[in-house]
Amino acid sequence: MSPTLLLQLALVAYAAGALGSLLAMGREKLANAIGFGLATVGGVCGVLAATLALTSTGQLRPFELWPSLIPYIKLIVKLDALGAFFLLIVSLLAVALSIYSFAYVRAYYGRKNVGVLACFYNVLILATTLVFTAANAFFFLLVWEIMALTAYCLVSFEHEKTETRNAGVLYFVMSHIGTGCLILGFLLLFQQASGDYGFDSFRALGDKMSPGSRNAVFLLFLVGFGVKAGIIPLHIWLPEAHPVAPSNISAFLSGVLIKTGIYGLTRVYFDFLGTPPNWWGVTLLTIGTVSAVLGVLYALMEHDLKRLLAYHSIENIGIILMGLGAALMFLHSGRPFLASLALIAGLYHTINHALFKALLFLGAGAVLHSTHTRNMEEMGGLIKRMPWTALLFLIGAVAISALPPLNGFVSEWLTYQSLLQGFGTTASLVRLMFPLSGAMLALTGALAAACFVKAFGISFLAQPRSEHAAQAKEVAPPMLWGMGILAIACVFLGLCPTVFLTVFDPITSQLTGHAISRQLSLDPLLVLGSGETLGGTVSTLGITLTGVCLLPIPLVLWFLFGRRSKVRIAPTWGCGQRRLTPQMEYTATGFSKPIRMIFKALFRPRREVQREYDYSPYFAKNLRFESHIEEAFVTRVYRPLNRGILRLSRRMRALQAGSIQAYLIYIFVTLLALLLFAL
Amino acid sequence: MNLILGILLQTVLLLGLAPLLSGCIRNWKAKLQNRRGPPVWQPYLDLVKFLRKDMVISEHASWLFRFMPYVLFLSTLLAGLIVPLVSASAPLSLFGGALALVGLLALGRFFLALGGLDPASAFGGMGSSREMTIAAMAEPALMLAVFTVAIAAGSTNLSEMLLAAHGPTWKLLNPAHVLAFAALFIVLLAETGRIPVDNPATHLELTMIHEAMILEYSGRYLALIEWSAAIKQLVLMALLVNIFFPVGVATEISGPALALSALWFLAKLLALAGAVVVVETTNAKLRLFRVPDLLSAAFILATLALLSTFLFQ
Repeated sequence: MSPTLLLQLALVAYAAGALGSLLAMGREKLANAIGFGLATVGGVCGVLAATLALTSTGQLRPFELWPSLIPYIKLIVKLDALGAFFLLIVSLLAVALSIYSFAYVRAYYGRKNVGVLACFYNVLILATTLVFTAANAFFFLLVWEIMALTAYCLVSFEHEKTETRNAGVLYFVMSHIGTGCLILGFLLLFQQASGDYGFDSFRALGDKMSPGSRNAVFLLFLVGFGVKAGIIPLHIWLPEAHPVAPSNISAFLSGVLIKTGIYGLTRVYFDFLGTPPNWWGVTLLTIGTVSAVLGVLYALMEHDLKRLLAYHSIENIGIILMGLGAALMFLHSGRPFLASLALIAGLYHTINHALFKALLFLGAGAVLHSTHTRNMEEMGGLIKRMPWTALLFLIGAVAISALPPLNGFVSEWLTYQSLLQGFGTTASLVRLMFPLSGAMLALTGALAAACFVKAFGISFLAQPRSEHAAQAKEVAPPMLWGMGILAIACVFLGLCPTVFLTVFDPITSQLTGHAISRQLSLDPLLVLGSGETLGGTVSTLGITLTGVCLLPIPLVLWFLFGRRSKVRIAPTWGCGQRRLTPQMEYTATGFSKPIRMIFKALFRPRREVQREYDYSPYFAKNLRFESHIEEAFVTRVYRPLNRGILRLSRRMRALQAGSIQAYLIYIFVTLLALLLFAL
Repeated sequence: MNLILGILLQTVLLLGLAPLLSGCIRNWKAKLQNRRGPPVWQPYLDLVKFLRKDMVISEHASWLFRFMPYVLFLSTLLAGLIVPLVSASAPLSLFGGALALVGLLALGRFFLALGGLDPASAFGGMGSSREMTIAAMAEPALMLAVFTVAIAAGSTNLSEMLLAAHGPTWKLLNPAHVLAFAALFIVLLAETGRIPVDNPATHLELTMIHEAMILEYSGRYLALIEWSAAIKQLVLMALLVNIFFPVGVATEISGPALALSALWFLAKLLALAGAVVVVETTNAKLRLFRVPDLLSAAFILATLALLSTFLFQ
């Protein structure tokens, strides 16, 4: 079967899923089966289509979604290499999430309308798939907007809570600021391409545009797609909106939706705009570095499991942008090999982040499902009550902390390599940026590891900290299978990177003109090399296998010396207290306290302590402790901005006084002005 | 075949030499403080004792508690196989370089910190929290110092880095190397839990870091953890001496060359151990919140090292 046909099948399946679940709204089980069943089918077709498109050679024929009635507007779908890569991400996640959702949405039976949820879910996947395959600006903006609106509906799905409604509105506003910039950007391109809005004519533009309009296009798309990707400082909606959505949706939002921003940036910067000036790459690299470090620092301060994961999305978008930024700089300095390497690093991290972040959000969803809380301080001891969820969450945690041998390590390794090799590409002081961002990437990785020790350790280990946690039960098998698919994908992408690297050949030959997967895979042992001149090698599979071979050492030692030793189970020492209670455990807040103290200048934590005592302050009867952290961007930038806008609107109110005479004068003056302008 | 032989020999070397190095440091430290101190082979006796002992495992602990010592031990050992010790080509040098080394050590630390949280004791959590914080502060300095050398060498592969430094162009007082070495030395103190960052000899609740994490471990698990800590120390010290002072490292595989190289390696290692002993004896342990200052100093040194490659090339 041709990829085009499979893609069409997938689109039909999603559309049928949306319609079917809406029609079967009254019967929850049927709606669930139709909606998520067809989404699974669509996902499988999408994965096949993407794999075929990425492995076969030759251009695929574009097709029209349906003949539109308006003559100028054509809804053309075209699957190219870059689109196919993102199609792979969205379809893979669609499969895993839909399987998970079968069991997850059962919790909504009788409470919420599952049919509507399944319908929006299918529309969201459909629109996202079309975003990745739209072949002209008009169609792109159309499906982009459908995607944004459906996402808004899904974020506000549990709209009974004020928190959810506020998050939804914030997302809505920010998303439309982004869309506004996108429309302006596309209009500028449209005008430069003398009235053609097809992506092919944008591509033909390239270096022919004037530098001024190219820079304007760069900035407009940076803001437009940056809002969606959640780069700092345009990220404020992300930690609000992602946690409040149902967990399967959160996984989709963090796994795929923010990647549409990455897709857009790659498409415009690498495909349309020709050779970039140096400052574009410098800007992206800087934004990426800042987003990565600040994202992980704010994540460390969270004890809401889903908000923590949302902040990590900002961090990982930062890491992806570091790769893309470096790639732009290499394109500028005329190093197509390095540009391909850095681009691969960014895109590899894109799919990795989609996989492990979706896995972690689904894990958090499973925990939420069983304990009914997102607060880590009320969890604990879940590894004994939910062993499979714990294991799968642990795999995700190791992967996101960029530890070998899982996939996060591989893509960060590629990023490090491209940054290191960047040092030699230019003689100016700019070259120092590469190792310094590498060092910041190291800081990010180490802080992420600290954060996931906290997230896993406090939530899953030790004693349960609340009644809910003590009574938690393992979740239903479909949820575990959904997570299992993602965990297997994480392990595969970690152990067999050279097998997967061939996927990037069509993409890099399209965008930078170099297919380098053969130069990166040195030998059948799956050694990943990275070098023109400078380089390094790594083989996660080799390391793992050696590790397995060394396993007998501790076992032999045990056999030689400890055969007769016994194992006794006893309580942990409770410092002289009779029993160790959960109150004595380290809390999530306590765990991140040293980091909070070290980065005090950034966090500006506010704390209130109230002490009640009788005789002396040393013998407190009651102690109340409160500590808050508010993001500096919210308090310093957005809140004053918001106040300013409100003040301005209050001034404007004088204009709209409700008197007809005044309005007539406005119309008259406007007409006069227009006439004068026309003259 | 060579690969398997190399892995085997280096594993034996790592396992055998690591406790001796710890023993030397402990003994010399005692001597410098006018104590007699334990004999240098005391760590071996300790390991055998731990391996023989019964184990007590907390009732709150999960499978992760039992799984952790193996992960820590194996990841540290693998990290050791990446670093060239006696021969310039490390057995696993094709499978990973400096980045894999840092990654493997981080993997061990990740599980070690989880093992500290598992038995539900406050001490474990405290130790894990501090360990992860200090590691996070040390990581940028470590990476930047490694990058400086890697950029000069043209590879992140440790054997390549060694060979690039090796040879007639090597100078003792290359400014980039001196600064990067200073940065890495501070990182070494932090990563191996030495004074002024952590005190390996203390069990005082409020000051311990590494010891707090492993408080609930006993018997053969404790043996594995202690051994891993010793191997990690050996690996990091070997990295320092071999990358910055590549004198005498055997570049070809032959009996006499390897024997000579082994002697050089021991001498360099003991000299560095001496430096650690002097630092430990002449300094007081820092308050936890002063440690970031020390590590920022290391980061600044590494940045200066990078700048100096830019200025003096």
